[in-house]
Amino acid sequence: MELRSKVPSGPIDQKWTRHKFEMKLVNPANKRKYSVIVVGSGLAGASASATLAELGYQVTCFTYHDSPRRAHSIAAQGGINAAKNYQGDGDSIFRLFYDTVKGGDFRAREANVYRLAEVSNEIIDQCVAQGIPFAREYGGLLANRSFGGAQVSRTFYARGQTGQQLLLGAYQALMKEVQRGQVKLCNQHEMLDVIVVDGQARGIVTRNLVTGAIDAHLADAVVLGTGGYSNAFYLSTNAMYCNVTAAWRAYRRGAGFANPCYTQIHPTCIPVSGDYQSKLTLMSESLRNDGRIWVSKKADDDRAPGDIPEDERDYYLERMYPAFGNLVPRDLASRRAKDMCDQGKGVGETKLGVYLDFEDAIERLGADVIEARYGNLFEMYERITGEDPYRVPMRIYPAPHYTMGGLWVDYNLMTTVPGLYAIGEANFSDHGANRLGASALMQGVADGYFVLPYTIADFLARAALEPVPEDHPEVSRTLEDVRSRIDRLLALKGDRTVNSFHKELGRLVWDYCGMARNASGLKEALERIPELRQEFWENATVVGEGESINQTLERAGRVADFLELSEVMCLDALIREESCGGHFREEHQTPEGEAKRDDEHFTHVTVWEFTGPDSPPREHREPLEFEYVPPTQRSYK
Amino acid sequence: MRLKLHVWRQASPSDRGGFATYEAEASEHMSFLEMLDVVNEELESKGQEPIAFDSDCREGICGTCGMVINGRPHGPWKRTTVCQLHMREYSDGDEIWIEPWRADGFPIQKDLIVDRSAFDRIVAAGGYISVRTGSAPEANAIPVAREKAEKAMDAAACIGCGACVAACPNASAMLFTSAKAAHLNLLPQGQPERHGRVLNMILTMEAEQFGTCTNHGACENACPKEIKIEVIAMLNRDYLRALLKAG
Amino acid sequence: MSRVYSLYSTSVGKKFTMAVSGAIFVLFVIVHMFGNLKVYLGPEAFNHYAEGLRGFGEPFLGHEWFLWAFRAGLIAALLIHVLAAWQTSRQSWAARGHKYRKRDNLVFHYASRTMRWGGVALFLFIVYHILHLTTGTLHPDFVPGDAYHNFVTGFRSVPVVVIYSVAMIALGLHLYHGTWSAFQTMGVDGPRINRWREPIALGVALIVVLVNLSFPVAVYTGIIH
Repeated sequence: MELRSKVPSGPIDQKWTRHKFEMKLVNPANKRKYSVIVVGSGLAGASASATLAELGYQVTCFTYHDSPRRAHSIAAQGGINAAKNYQGDGDSIFRLFYDTVKGGDFRAREANVYRLAEVSNEIIDQCVAQGIPFAREYGGLLANRSFGGAQVSRTFYARGQTGQQLLLGAYQALMKEVQRGQVKLCNQHEMLDVIVVDGQARGIVTRNLVTGAIDAHLADAVVLGTGGYSNAFYLSTNAMYCNVTAAWRAYRRGAGFANPCYTQIHPTCIPVSGDYQSKLTLMSESLRNDGRIWVSKKADDDRAPGDIPEDERDYYLERMYPAFGNLVPRDLASRRAKDMCDQGKGVGETKLGVYLDFEDAIERLGADVIEARYGNLFEMYERITGEDPYRVPMRIYPAPHYTMGGLWVDYNLMTTVPGLYAIGEANFSDHGANRLGASALMQGVADGYFVLPYTIADFLARAALEPVPEDHPEVSRTLEDVRSRIDRLLALKGDRTVNSFHKELGRLVWDYCGMARNASGLKEALERIPELRQEFWENATVVGEGESINQTLERAGRVADFLELSEVMCLDALIREESCGGHFREEHQTPEGEAKRDDEHFTHVTVWEFTGPDSPPREHREPLEFEYVPPTQRSYK
Repeated sequence: MRLKLHVWRQASPSDRGGFATYEAEASEHMSFLEMLDVVNEELESKGQEPIAFDSDCREGICGTCGMVINGRPHGPWKRTTVCQLHMREYSDGDEIWIEPWRADGFPIQKDLIVDRSAFDRIVAAGGYISVRTGSAPEANAIPVAREKAEKAMDAAACIGCGACVAACPNASAMLFTSAKAAHLNLLPQGQPERHGRVLNMILTMEAEQFGTCTNHGACENACPKEIKIEVIAMLNRDYLRALLKAG
Repeated sequence: MSRVYSLYSTSVGKKFTMAVSGAIFVLFVIVHMFGNLKVYLGPEAFNHYAEGLRGFGEPFLGHEWFLWAFRAGLIAALLIHVLAAWQTSRQSWAARGHKYRKRDNLVFHYASRTMRWGGVALFLFIVYHILHLTTGTLHPDFVPGDAYHNFVTGFRSVPVVVIYSVAMIALGLHLYHGTWSAFQTMGVDGPRINRWREPIALGVALIVVLVNLSFPVAVYTGIIH
């Protein structure tokens, strides 16, 4: 596997412009001769499909949802960053670039991040023109807020539903092209494999989730916008259907998988209430602007929060980080909450939670101000827990939320399989080891609207692809592989439900490869995951048949892939002998318990190559260089 | 608590379907869908087919989930999709009837899963603003009065779940169609395509097996995002205007 | 013509024609009610009013020309209203082939649920009302030209009072939802108007029903004789 990042030469602020000029173009009249498959209809997939179709390519877009609008981008709450500097507070493309590289703990590729910051302004123009109802000032101009501890106000937002509104904009653009006949939309189709012919990605195999039909679809290029893999943890803030299958199938066909251990744990989620829990709900990070986080100073304190006097409370973030207090970055806030619970100071029935208290804020600002700021969040909290956060402090606990790792891509967003692209959360490219708030939407839209449509033209113009006949042996072989795997799953008639395997796996990954990791735990996980995988293939039960909607079968395929991915995740976490961003190795911390990077040995991307079902993956490295943002140790003291 | 569930089971679109009765054991902290998850786990471990129902984000924003519980789309809580309904609403011994959205515009695929692609076709007919990527003017070149933006946002909050159709005694899709049209028609960016949008969206809605709006207001009461039927009045007005202009 | 056709081709357009024809009827029942109030002024005033309707517009128009034109207009409005109601109802019935086993009522007003069958009842009542007090076919003691006499004697029977009372309640429900609905369907909407829609609809319905019900009650209790 060769990792050529293809970063253009020249000064960082000219790389993208120069690259756009140097890339080959496809003549407008010829574009209709090229076909592109886009898998996924989230922000990245829908925006890429719409833009490629506008340009004239023949696009087919696949989604397993019943409508492209359901993709999980819809759940993003906070906002989207852009370097517009509308507030005149000193923001710039360079500052957004700088903050993102630093926030990513110096584990992202500088050129990619710079390009992201560069196109961020175009994104806002595009979205506003599409009619996205961003928040406005009284004068009619766009409003901004500061988000996730950023020192400038650069976040654009549409109430707490920014992801929804951006996705609907992209979805509408997509549907416009569907109506024009430029996009063929395949709802309720799940991608189960990539067809690789002569080393090039030339199509995919899908299962129609309604009829069970397994079909091959051929094209000149394949784009995966299939999201992240937080559901490897079973309980995460991801939607129920989010899975790694598309990316994992691509990995098994030769696409390198980068940095799988970089996962982000969000500090403010509603805690687990019981064993039946199916997913976790995120509460916007903005709550930390006014809420104070505390636990009792005593372990195993069973008193109600109101009965714990002020001097017996430990406002631990304010105590440990006086400068940033409750607003420390996500990874720190999460880890400290875990420490408190590990010390037996957790709150609530399960003891896995800490208080987020608004009593002081209500006293200082009044309940109506708090309601105006967080009313809908408080309501959601009450709906789920049955507790009124105006009177009782909220209980929060960290939960897996986003995965920075993903398919390795070069500067053109192409994976190691020529013709196979990965965009949005599915790739690894821009966030390094930790993603900043309001940057996920920015990256998804940047890839889909402004990067991929340019770079894919260069590939198509140069590739000189021959048409692949439908009965090509590789097509038949891939179809056969998919069919036999489904038959194998359907033949499982053991004693344990698929869900119970997923739950057990999630527990393992959370315990050993979650907020804090250590070598012995990871080794333990690396022993137990293959055992669990083996048990799955022997003892799981999949009821029903393949020829109609069969949600158990769908889940079984996804869980089987999580059972493979999580092993590589743990392996990646084990060999990265440092702490950086979302990856915290207990062996590598400062005396104060802060993450300790090892720039000398780990300033690189780890990329895993599939070598066969029974042999360990091969490790590759893409070295990272920091020319413009010299690595420093983060400090929030 | 122990509950008695009567759940609509239908193996395929052509199957006649019928109610099946299940006993469920639930805790008050569970969400309604988690209660069904537990029922399904039990069914699966007995080798029986689980109840097919759709849900994804379970945060009330994706619009995937939806079922009619004791005659109410998304169940009894206001401003709440079924994924956020929690079992403390119920008590021991309750009997619960669970049915899919019933509308010919939403054919049943299996059990509680219906095909809502008609909504996509309505949006495809005109629920967008045409902007070629990269051709947009500078964002602040189009000022939008704050009240307009807020009203547009109220309409844009629609999650496309279909509860409005399910609740409507006429199975009409007017609230959905109007909400999308209102979001775009309220904004300056939406003006150039306003008339064509309204005509095309209405014609497509008419072609999709939905009933007619007779101003019952059930849609507004069922809408988990509290979209008001004001948007329907606005669409009616826009339709007349569009016809007058179009000739 | 093509505009009218394209308007009527959609359910939204059909509802619009129903709103317009319905609005004509709302105005009609109000005018009708005002005219009938003259019954309290005694036989002369009432018969003069009835005769005045026949001679309205003379000498520019011929005798009863206006009345017949008015009736033709009402009949046309009625036909359009009923046709559109029939067509939209059929569309709605077809849209839910399979009914819910359990149904919880989420509508704003109970009145909206009665529009269809209430409308049918009103139609039957209109036929009866014409045969009763216009043509006299179903009247026990009809004297052509003596509207006051026909009015007073017509309400002396209990079954007739019951029929009229039930019909007025149906009318009230239909008017209430119909008036409110017409604003909505014609897109007459806005924060200021919306505040008045409900009171206007309720007011129209209550006033028409109470005043109209007062007639049989007044006859029956001997206030008018």
